[in-house]
Amino acid sequence: MNLNTVRSVHRPASAAEVGHWRDGYAWLAGGTWLFSEPQPSVDTLIDLERLGWPALEATEAGLDIAATCRVAELYHFVAPEEWIAAPLLRACCEALLASFKIWNTATVGGNICMSLPAGAMISLVVGLEGICTLWPPGGEPREVPAASFVTGNHANVLAPGELLRKIRLPASALKKQFAVRRASLTHLGRSAALLIGTRGAAGEWLLTITAATPRPVQIRFAEDPSAASLRAAIDAAIAPSGYFSDVHGTAAYKRHLSYHFAEEIRAELARAGVGP
Amino acid sequence: MNDDVSRLDQASGLLEFNVNGRRFSARPEPGQCLRTFLREHGSFGVKKGCDAGDCGACTVWLDGTPVHSCLFPAFRAEGRAVTTIEGLATGEGMHPVQKAFLDAQAFQCGFCAAGMMMTVAALDNAQRVDLPHALKGNLCRCTGYRSIADAIHGVREVEQDVAGHACGANLANPFAEGIATGRARYTMDIAVDHLLHLKVLRSPHAHARIRRIGRERAEAAPGVVAIFTWEDVPRRLYSTATHEDHLVDPDDCYLLDDVMRFAGQRVAAVVAESEAQAEAACRLLEVEYEVLPAVFDPEEAMRPGAPILHGDGIAAYGNVFVDIHGEVGNVAEGLAAADIVHERTYSTSRVQHAHLETHGSIAWKDEAGRIHIRTSSQAPFIVQQKLCHIFGLRTHDVHVFTERVGGGFGGKQEMLSEDLCVLAALKTGRPVKWEFTREEEFIGATTRHQMTTEVRLGARRDGTLTAIQVRVVSNTGAYGGHGGETLAAALSCPIAAYRCANKKADGYAVYTNMLPGGGFRGYGASQTTFAIESAMDDLARKLGLDPFTIRRRNMVRPEDWIESIWGEASDVDFGSYGLDQCMDLVEQALRSGRGSPKPDGEEWLEGTGMALAMLESGPPTEHRSGAELQLLADGTYHLAVGSTEMGNGSTTSHRQIAAEVLGTRAGRIAIINADTDRTPYDTGTFASTGTVVAGRAVALAATALKDNILEYASRNSGVPAAECRLDDDAVVCGTRRIPLVTLYAAGTAERHRFAARRKSYLSPRTVGFNVHGVRVAVNRVTAEIRILQSVHAADIGRRINPMQCRGQIDGAIAMGVGWALYEHMVHDENGVMVNPSFRNCRIPTFADVPASEVFFADTYDRIGPLGAKAQGECAINPVAPAIANAVANATGVRFAHLPLTPDRIFASLGTHP
Repeated sequence: MNLNTVRSVHRPASAAEVGHWRDGYAWLAGGTWLFSEPQPSVDTLIDLERLGWPALEATEAGLDIAATCRVAELYHFVAPEEWIAAPLLRACCEALLASFKIWNTATVGGNICMSLPAGAMISLVVGLEGICTLWPPGGEPREVPAASFVTGNHANVLAPGELLRKIRLPASALKKQFAVRRASLTHLGRSAALLIGTRGAAGEWLLTITAATPRPVQIRFAEDPSAASLRAAIDAAIAPSGYFSDVHGTAAYKRHLSYHFAEEIRAELARAGVGP
Repeated sequence: MNDDVSRLDQASGLLEFNVNGRRFSARPEPGQCLRTFLREHGSFGVKKGCDAGDCGACTVWLDGTPVHSCLFPAFRAEGRAVTTIEGLATGEGMHPVQKAFLDAQAFQCGFCAAGMMMTVAALDNAQRVDLPHALKGNLCRCTGYRSIADAIHGVREVEQDVAGHACGANLANPFAEGIATGRARYTMDIAVDHLLHLKVLRSPHAHARIRRIGRERAEAAPGVVAIFTWEDVPRRLYSTATHEDHLVDPDDCYLLDDVMRFAGQRVAAVVAESEAQAEAACRLLEVEYEVLPAVFDPEEAMRPGAPILHGDGIAAYGNVFVDIHGEVGNVAEGLAAADIVHERTYSTSRVQHAHLETHGSIAWKDEAGRIHIRTSSQAPFIVQQKLCHIFGLRTHDVHVFTERVGGGFGGKQEMLSEDLCVLAALKTGRPVKWEFTREEEFIGATTRHQMTTEVRLGARRDGTLTAIQVRVVSNTGAYGGHGGETLAAALSCPIAAYRCANKKADGYAVYTNMLPGGGFRGYGASQTTFAIESAMDDLARKLGLDPFTIRRRNMVRPEDWIESIWGEASDVDFGSYGLDQCMDLVEQALRSGRGSPKPDGEEWLEGTGMALAMLESGPPTEHRSGAELQLLADGTYHLAVGSTEMGNGSTTSHRQIAAEVLGTRAGRIAIINADTDRTPYDTGTFASTGTVVAGRAVALAATALKDNILEYASRNSGVPAAECRLDDDAVVCGTRRIPLVTLYAAGTAERHRFAARRKSYLSPRTVGFNVHGVRVAVNRVTAEIRILQSVHAADIGRRINPMQCRGQIDGAIAMGVGWALYEHMVHDENGVMVNPSFRNCRIPTFADVPASEVFFADTYDRIGPLGAKAQGECAINPVAPAIANAVANATGVRFAHLPLTPDRIFASLGTHP
């Protein structure tokens, strides 16, 4: 929709040009959320398009995803064979409520910075142990684990004017076995729960619970957990009141799904751990 | 910010654009989206369904890549090739996807079609195989997506237009090419010079009195031309609901009021040079409210001490707008004679029509002082009358008309946008436009009435009913339009569908501080059909009877007196009867083994369910319609019908009815409709009257014109009239064939007039039937419900256009599935809607709608025109109860309250991981 309070657009060629940040500014990445709701407090858009960050860079260290990488670009990324967790990229794109047409415009960073519980790009980068690089206004870049980036529903660690520059998915995580489960109230709808489990070669075990909780919750084990120990760990990590209730699912339902999917993931990874 | 950064603001220069190969320079507003920019530059095929990226109606391509133009900043299209529906075809003729959509007639109202085609034309082969994913960004409320899938799969439905064989043929919509090319003009698809824009400030409170409205700051804002509050409007009560009989709806609202009775009610209107300026000025209005106690639940609203919404004799008593009671036989005795009594409360939820074209109107005054209103309405003639009532105008001075209307479903049986536009046009002397946002549809239009129904059924061991008793409480919300009529409908057919000597009902339509209820496909009968059909299923289970068996034992038969709870004679009669066939068709289909198998895994449960519905063809209130037919000099015909076409297909079928009678091709009949200047009077297209009332008027007018032509031809040729007949573009008189062109020339030379005008009324009314069956799988852990097979049988008499009839049923099934499983308008404790968007209040997408098997009973109605019965509404009625019954069959748990979303039902399934 038209953002009628916007008076000007700045299209900097580098972040340094942005200068002093003030209320009324908004970063424009894909714009697919910004233009989807009235934004009466926004008067200036700072367009990231001309910053020219390469969308995806695959190195031995892992996959660097620019904040401005389009979801469609991530979806079509062809990963090296040894990155056996790479199918999660597609799975998480498909977990978005948004259609492929939105993917052509929407960015990975935009989804992460929106910081909604059901943001599937958050699930992806947290599940694969990503590291976010942030650019504070005028300061030195800082790194934050993706798992700590989102702090609550629609809340994150970014300071005003701070940019999410990129997310690195370490190769070590991309080489893990994975299992993923998701449910929504409608077919292909917004996630009520999206859980990702990974298991490393040495048996290190990681479960990421998203959508069901206001912010991602991670549960680690040094080796494959038992059903009972997994359930106990979930209970320790998330109080019954700690689930997120909204029109896409009640807290009670999301808690129920979390137990169920966690156990399914545990069983699947345990089978995978036995090897072919 | 450095000086050398690239900036775009009011002072910037022009940008270069390329739209469909046309290059031009322009300066979009800094925050403007591509959708509105393209429309400003003439691409009216780019539609607004939601303006939030959820519906896909605005889909365009950028350098060949499809995007939602409502989310795309206009300035970013600079230097890129933009393709809209108008530019999809390159070179001669249409794009293959446009042709495919025409062949399958993959649209009804057509409002979503441009975006749908722009999406489909961009799909790769992998995406075409996975349509649920590929089309998740495109909403269609009319078709149920079946015809869209057909188009993608290359199915051709359209048949040849052959003279003398119009009725029963799958002829194309007369406006199909306009829809396929994006040239069809909907309400807002027009550029008007000197146009003013109207925006409304809406109440944040569910119940409040306005103490003061400070308008100084708003008045001083740039571009503001006028501001209207309750102090500026005629203090004349009216109802926004439209019926022929204005007395069935309470005159309980003002154009603008100083009392707010629901959150979302309009407080003030601002008229400005641009929409942005009007919006900005709305934010500058300073309103002081005295917040009043509010009541949202109708049972609470009926209790002593509840806040009272309306005084001055508007309600029957307290907050009860109307109560309806009736009894035939003696229910107490019937229950006493029963071997078993089943008793339970069932409830249905409020849902929004979600027609893709939002409400909106454009009003202007011409030099002669007449007011013209171009509007999205199902009842332009009643709107004309209401406007005259409010503003003290003569009908001659008010012209109301529709262009193409993008869906209605009852939501536009309501005057919601015309009144303020006329006020503003009268006061400012300039044209004024007001277009609802999607959010306004959810918070400021109407919904299906939420109803709660207590059902008590008495039966003998063999399943024979001895008593039917219901108590219905309908939440009519803050205003009572349609409240009484939907309640009466709720107490009528769903009860009359069963033969039982003892029936009783008590109904209450109750004012609360909720969004008002309105007319919605199925109109009250849907709500109690859900309750009674669920109860019949529960009763069958208690008796160990099959759901088909218990219904066959009790369902109304053609020799029966059709009776609900009122003993007096009615004008309802069996013009035909096909319920028995519908039952057999659905039962056979469910037993066929077709459909999808149950998913693997012991967590999946499987069950089947069915439900039946009966509906009178047309409303009990007065309804009338007129049609005028003329033979033209070129030997073709001109048909003017008052009724609205909003995707229901009435213009298609009206043309076919006329062509059938006149022995010609539908293509030789031009049709206009829904225009108070250019067509005869029509009450409105609602209550399934498009065929049985307006269609009858067409048949009568066509018969009269046929007689007119044949009589003149007989006189002209000397051949007895009985030996003359119409044959396409000529009259055959004995052995001589006289072209209509020749006949017309001869006749007009002798001052003969080849024209006829007829009116039709609705009485008696016939009845139609629908039976729906489903097989579902229910995951007992996640509570996901999958429809494995969906079967529908309809008894609608003769099908004027079978393809359209099937399309109406496909659409009704999808809407029923949405009501049963997904759609959920959530309000907080203050009566404010939490999820007023398609993103958060989901209507079914392609992925959510099963492909249904649709069957028709072989009947020919002796009451309806050319053997046809009404069919626009009833198909939705058995869908939700059939699904709920199937879920009960699968799980052993009755879910008696819609919607059956997984989070509302999982706990009762009793599986705890």
